[in-house]
Amino acid sequence: MRLHPFIPMITAFGFFAALALFSDSTRAQESPYFVTYDHYLEEPGNLEVELFSTFGTQRDGNNFNSFWTEFEYGATAWWTTELYLEGQTTLQDSTLFTGWRFENRFRPLKREHLLNPILYVEYEEISAADKVLKEVEGHDVASDFLAPNGEARKDHKQELELKLILSSTVKGWNFAENTIAAKNLSNEPWEFGYAFAASRPLALKASATRCSFCRQNFSAGAEMYGGLGDRHSFGLHDTSHYLAPVVAWTLPSDWTLRLSAGFGLNGNSHAFLMRWGVSREIAGFGSMFRNLFRGSR
Amino acid sequence: MKQTAVALGVAAVLVAASCALAQREKQASPGYKADANVYEELAKAPDKARTKRNPLESDPDAVAAGRYLFEQHCSECHGITADGTSKAPSLRAAEVQAAAPGAIFWILTNGVVRRGMPVWSKLPEPRRWQLVSFLKSLGTQKAADRKTE
Repeated sequence: MRLHPFIPMITAFGFFAALALFSDSTRAQESPYFVTYDHYLEEPGNLEVELFSTFGTQRDGNNFNSFWTEFEYGATAWWTTELYLEGQTTLQDSTLFTGWRFENRFRPLKREHLLNPILYVEYEEISAADKVLKEVEGHDVASDFLAPNGEARKDHKQELELKLILSSTVKGWNFAENTIAAKNLSNEPWEFGYAFAASRPLALKASATRCSFCRQNFSAGAEMYGGLGDRHSFGLHDTSHYLAPVVAWTLPSDWTLRLSAGFGLNGNSHAFLMRWGVSREIAGFGSMFRNLFRGSR
Repeated sequence: MKQTAVALGVAAVLVAASCALAQREKQASPGYKADANVYEELAKAPDKARTKRNPLESDPDAVAAGRYLFEQHCSECHGITADGTSKAPSLRAAEVQAAAPGAIFWILTNGVVRRGMPVWSKLPEPRRWQLVSFLKSLGTQKAADRKTE
C-alpha cells in the first residue's frame, strides 16, 4: 500500500488535535523510554494515544523516518492491552504502511517489591519494510534495511514476542530490564534481545501551582538495547546495539513529549536514531465507550 | 491470510474480555460507599509501613501540592471532592481519616491491584507524602455539608 509521504503524519496530527480539543484527560508521570518497558501499567479504563517517530541514518542507503501510533488501554489494574499501527518513509523511495502489533502486559504480583515482574505477550504482523526499531532482537543489523521498499514490503512475517520486564523504583530512580524472546512463526528459530534503562524525574516534589517549565514535569535518563542472537547462535556477534539518552516533558495541558537521540554502538548498528513522541491520556475512555452503547438513563 | 484472521479473532476476543472484565470489576463494587470491606486493605499495611511518619508533615506547601496531585491522578476515580464514585471509595470515610499516614502511603505505593486501584509508586516518594498530607487534611465532613456552611 503506497501512501503520499505526508498523509499518515497529517492524519495522526489531526487525530491528536481532535483529542486535545474534545477529551478529558489525566496526567500520569510518564516514563521517558521508547524501547524499554517499566512495570507501570495504564490506569484502568484509560486510553493513551501515542504517536512516535524515528529518524534513522542508513549506511550505504537512504535514511528513513518511521512512525507508529499506539492505542494503550488499561483493561484492569493488572492488565494493559495495546494496538500499534506502523509505517515508514524511506527518503528517495516511498512511504508504506508496514503492519500492526497487538500486545498485552500482565502484572502477576499484587504488591510492589524491590523487583517487579511484568509478563509481556505480543503478536505482530509486519512486513520486512518495517523500520520502527521498537526493539532489537536476534541478528537484526542496519544492513537489513537496505532493500528497497518495493521489494521489502512483499516479505511478510508473523511473529510472537515474549518479554520478561523487571523494574524497580528506588529514591525516585526507575531501573528497568527487559529480556526479549521472539519467534517468527514461519519455522525460524527463537531470537533474543535485551533492553535496560534508568530514569528519574528532575524534581521529586510537586509544586503547588500549575507550571509548564517546573523541573517536576521533566524526567530524564538513558536506555540501552540490542540483539543477543538466536537459538542456534546465541551471543553478540552479528548483532546491533544502541545507547540513547531520553527525556520526557509532561505538560500541564496533558500532553507528554518525549525525545531521544540514539547512537549505534558498533558497525552493525545505525549510526544515529533520532526519536520523538507525543502522547495524551484519555481518562475514563472505557466508561465513555460503554455509555455510547448504553444510551441515556 | 488465515493466520491474520486467527490473530484478529484472538485480538477481538481479548478486547471483548478486557471490556467485560473491566465491567465486572466495576459491577463487583456497585456501592463503594456502602461497602465497608473496601477499606480492609488499610489494615493490611505492615507495622513498619504504618509507623512511618510523614516527612512533609510540617511543610506548609504539602497540602496544596497534594491537592494538585489529587486532581491530576486520583479525582477521576475518587471524585473531585474525594467523596467517592461508582469506581472508587470515598477518601473522606472515617476509616481513611483515622488511618495512620503510613498506612495511606503504603496503599498509594502498592495499590489494591485486584480491586482496580493502580500502583502509584511511579510518583516519587515526596509526591506520595504530599498526597497523604492532602488526604489527611480533608476530614470526614462531606463536601456538600461544607458548601452549605
